[in-house]
Amino acid sequence: MGQIFPRNANLFVRVSIFAGLLGATTLILLIAVFFRSNAYRQVNVAIEQPVPYSHQLHVDVLGIDCRYCHVSVEQSYFANIPATETCMTCHSQIKTESPDLAPVRASYASGDPVLWEKVNRVPDFVYFNHSIHVNKGVGCSTCHGRVDQMPVVWQTQAFFMGFCLDCHRNPENYVRPLEEVYNMEYVHPANQRELGAQLVAQYGIMPPDQLTNCWTCHR
Amino acid sequence: MMQMQSLNRFRRFFRYSWLALLVLLLSGCHFDMYNQPSIRTYEPSSFFEDGRGSRPNVEGAVAVNAAFYDEYFLTGLVDGVPGDELPLELTRELLERGQAQYNIWCAVCHGHAGYGVSVIAQRGGIVPANFHQQRLRDASLGHFFNIMTVGVYRGDPEQDGFRSMYSYASRISAEDRWAIAAYIRALQLSQNATIDDVPQDRRGNLGNN
Repeated sequence: MGQIFPRNANLFVRVSIFAGLLGATTLILLIAVFFRSNAYRQVNVAIEQPVPYSHQLHVDVLGIDCRYCHVSVEQSYFANIPATETCMTCHSQIKTESPDLAPVRASYASGDPVLWEKVNRVPDFVYFNHSIHVNKGVGCSTCHGRVDQMPVVWQTQAFFMGFCLDCHRNPENYVRPLEEVYNMEYVHPANQRELGAQLVAQYGIMPPDQLTNCWTCHR
Repeated sequence: MMQMQSLNRFRRFFRYSWLALLVLLLSGCHFDMYNQPSIRTYEPSSFFEDGRGSRPNVEGAVAVNAAFYDEYFLTGLVDGVPGDELPLELTRELLERGQAQYNIWCAVCHGHAGYGVSVIAQRGGIVPANFHQQRLRDASLGHFFNIMTVGVYRGDPEQDGFRSMYSYASRISAEDRWAIAAYIRALQLSQNATIDDVPQDRRGNLGNN
């Protein structure tokens, strides 16, 4: 009986060992890259809403403060989505016939909420509290970007742990004076590190060894 | 002989058991920590009939802190008539708080100086009140508080009546509404001030700021 495999099949076996290893590693890397990609995390992807609400118009052109709609941001862990009543405060008198606003009027009449799409999200195992951040000098735009320039809102951050830790390790690089927290156009001054260190002391921001403790964010 | 065979089988089992371990590792890949069964704010829930996770208030619900205040503090009315007393201590901090809150809530329509001139008013549809008209300069403090609390209804409900200003009671706390009322009074004073209102020793500062 003759040999089934030719002699050079040995080479094939040897190569296939390395090729298999290489393939497996590449596959793992590709999966990791995919789950960390902006496409998967929906970063820089404008999320369409049931009502074509424009932050650019309301914040930049009309000059409405963030807190007019996101009332609870200073007191609560959650920056609320405005109630339909907040929309209707103006839109019961302005653009009352606009077809774009039909879902808002329907919601106000029926009491059922408008089904807004969530844009910025953190996993459920992360405890994030808005009020402590805005009351200690972390500006809206630090995490959410220039929302006042967004006709349709998108995430500017994937909110990986590294993003949070960057500031929790060095808060002096990011904190701003309290009166500038809601200023969308704020630019950190050249002496940010000095100013930041001074503000960290003034606002009683915890030292990094406490800010980076596991329980600070994972409760 | 039989013993030898079973020993081989035993060895073979251990030789390939690492594969089972790998499968076990894979079963660790799941998302139920990312998305836990507990309901987060605004998360939908199939448990309730209307599909909402956050429950609407029960009819007749009273806010916890409402019990700490008297009726005047929460309505600005004494026997149905606006009172003129500030139920908080008048301090610089209170006025500054009032200014900050006024600029968030009121300035969008009434304007930062209170003349009823603003970007939104210019677009038409809304005619905000001018705080410097005689009627409102004569109005008592409780009037402003009461308007913020219950809103303004214009016209006849039977015919073309409409709510020209909605209630802000659910959005601004009672303390802040009083602070805003106090600040409106300060605005009114500021727009009708004369040189005699400025203390002698501060007059040099005028125009420097």
